[in-house]
Amino acid sequence: MMPVLNFGIHHQVFIPAVPPDWPGGFWWHWLFFTVVIIAFVLTMVMGAIYIERRGMGRMQSRLGPNRTGPFGLLQPVADAIKVLLKENIVPVKADKLVHWLAPVVAFAPALMIFAVIPFQDGALLADLNIGILYIVAISSVSTVGIFMAGWASSNKYSLLGAMRNVAAIVSYEMPLVLAIVGVVLIAGSLSLNRIVIAQDIPFILLQPLGFFLFFAAGCAEINRSPFDLMEADSEIVAGFHTEYSGMKFAMFYLVEYAEAIAIAAIITTLFLGGWRGPLLPPWLWFVTKVMAVFFTMVWTRTTLPRIRIDQLMALAWKFLLPLAVINLIITAIQVLASWPDTLPWALVMIIVNFTILAVLVLLWSKFFFRLGWGRIEV
Amino acid sequence: MALKTEPFVLNMGPVHPSTHGVFRMRTTLDGEVVVDIEPIFGYLHRGVEKLAEQRTYTGIIPLTDRLDYISSMNNNLAYCLAVEKLAGIKVPERAEYLRVIMAELQRIAAFLIAVGAFLNDCGAFFTPFMYMFREREKIVDLLEMVSGQRLTYNYIRVGGVSQDIPEEFLPALRTFVAQMPGFIDEYDRLLMQNEILLARAKGVGILTREQAINCAASGPVLRASGVKWDIRQADPYSIYDRFEFDIPTGTVGDCYDRYRVRVAEMRQSLRIIQQAMTQLPPGPVKAAVPHLIRPPVGEAYAHLEAPKGELGFYLVSDNSIAPYRCHIRPPSLINLTALRDMVRGWKVADLIVIFGSIDITVGEIDR
Repeated sequence: MMPVLNFGIHHQVFIPAVPPDWPGGFWWHWLFFTVVIIAFVLTMVMGAIYIERRGMGRMQSRLGPNRTGPFGLLQPVADAIKVLLKENIVPVKADKLVHWLAPVVAFAPALMIFAVIPFQDGALLADLNIGILYIVAISSVSTVGIFMAGWASSNKYSLLGAMRNVAAIVSYEMPLVLAIVGVVLIAGSLSLNRIVIAQDIPFILLQPLGFFLFFAAGCAEINRSPFDLMEADSEIVAGFHTEYSGMKFAMFYLVEYAEAIAIAAIITTLFLGGWRGPLLPPWLWFVTKVMAVFFTMVWTRTTLPRIRIDQLMALAWKFLLPLAVINLIITAIQVLASWPDTLPWALVMIIVNFTILAVLVLLWSKFFFRLGWGRIEV
Repeated sequence: MALKTEPFVLNMGPVHPSTHGVFRMRTTLDGEVVVDIEPIFGYLHRGVEKLAEQRTYTGIIPLTDRLDYISSMNNNLAYCLAVEKLAGIKVPERAEYLRVIMAELQRIAAFLIAVGAFLNDCGAFFTPFMYMFREREKIVDLLEMVSGQRLTYNYIRVGGVSQDIPEEFLPALRTFVAQMPGFIDEYDRLLMQNEILLARAKGVGILTREQAINCAASGPVLRASGVKWDIRQADPYSIYDRFEFDIPTGTVGDCYDRYRVRVAEMRQSLRIIQQAMTQLPPGPVKAAVPHLIRPPVGEAYAHLEAPKGELGFYLVSDNSIAPYRCHIRPPSLINLTALRDMVRGWKVADLIVIFGSIDITVGEIDR
């Protein structure tokens, strides 16, 4: 098969798709997966909202929504109809164009991430051989949308929320990427499909520290609790989307959940073996794992208090970043040492890695690191 | 390159998720740092003190319900103590015990809300709040049994209480007192030692012993600063001298101490209820008090330990059926005066946490 795109470098940007022999070739493939991704993301978001609201209800000793449809399953539909019918209010002093554009700018990247995530072997829109790089690049674009929203609203709460968001993204991108590099070193490829194929043992076992770093940094990047201080309702009302209503608010709501699903999907692909698993069809494994990761996020949200902005920064630069660098070095040594590809050796490596995780986290949390700086004289 | 920055003014409230009612803080922020705040209140002013001058002594009790509306029993009691002191009315033994039981139940309920709201302000998304409302619901059910109301009880009357307890009350109370320590342990396990909560609350918003005394703070805010001052023991009213209980105090006076003191207070209140329940004597629950009380000319001040601090009623009588003057000492308002000193230099997020740890009710501040 000839390369579809050639950027002038001698690399095939698109690795030839492995199984799907869709009739019509590239454009049919593209159309099919675009529709699939939009449908998938919207369905998953509805499922996620349902799981979050019902799950949180359970954890908080209340029922959660249970009136619309069987077990309240139609609640997301009811919500969607409600926000569609709501009035769209734009503040008088708002920058109208930017205010209108912000939800779109924020929403598009959340969808685009899914272009390179394999739902099963080879079933993805574009098997880029730089898949991970693409995700890292795309995922921070929504911040632009969020900052646009914060600035255009001409509201101080919005501005505070947006500034917190930018600060968080700038800090958390780094441990996030470094945690990914560990996985890339082991898998030997940047293509997400190749990474999944490389996971005979899920990388969470070989890269436990990387997994925790990625999970924490990912939560911070998508404003999930305990890092949800960009839209901290008890402090700055609703953060960047304080001045949004109707469908534009719904877009931000959608972005929030689509990003959570995206991070869950990336974690699934990088650390939990993606679509691989026994018995069940691969796509079902994928969905199950994504939802399991999302459920963990819901769980932390219901349990933990929120950290402060200076503590957020300190956590990124003094805790996650050093650990990510150490993790990278250890992984590189392990890859260079090229241990034999047998089960006993793998077990040894798993134990060694978990020990390293425990020791490093203990060392840092007890001795090298204090959360936050405290008071400033004014 | 040095960027030019300047502080900006942010109006927090009167409608804001964490201002515990309609309270407004005019904050001056330097980025995230709070440079100055100016509390502005009066959005819930109903003129209770003035209204009281045109009502009979009994008719004022429903007004007191609406002061600190999450601890109306204590408000009723404080007011009735003042009237009884003014008119020299003796309260029957059984009524005294019932008053103590209700007041302590109400204290637990108010602390549950205070602690739940504080943890909510820290950002724990409603879970502790809902847990604590689960238990508050049981207390509210108990109080509904005796008074028929769920928020504004109007139960404690001049000379006793409005009616005797129904027979299903004591078994229900016994079950509650037996179960509650387990629930308090559950709250402790949930977040008491949580690393993030420690980072958010420990050492934050310190109110030193001297500051606390100088601004006449009272209640958990004062005790968290290390002052062992509880009116139930310092100036025993009703029959509090018959019960054994400790006064929990903090050491530093930070938000975490205030939170811890409140949780410990719940346990002490349970102890008092336990003792009062076993000693409860039979007998009448209301002294023979005329419908229109005409106290002799004079004045009286009665105070008690409300959940938020020292709640006082000052009444002046001119021998008519209504008080000549009724002044209320609201603990929330006086504790709030320390807010500015506590929050300066902390972040916006800390402002909310510190404000939550003072635990105010706007109904009482504005009166």
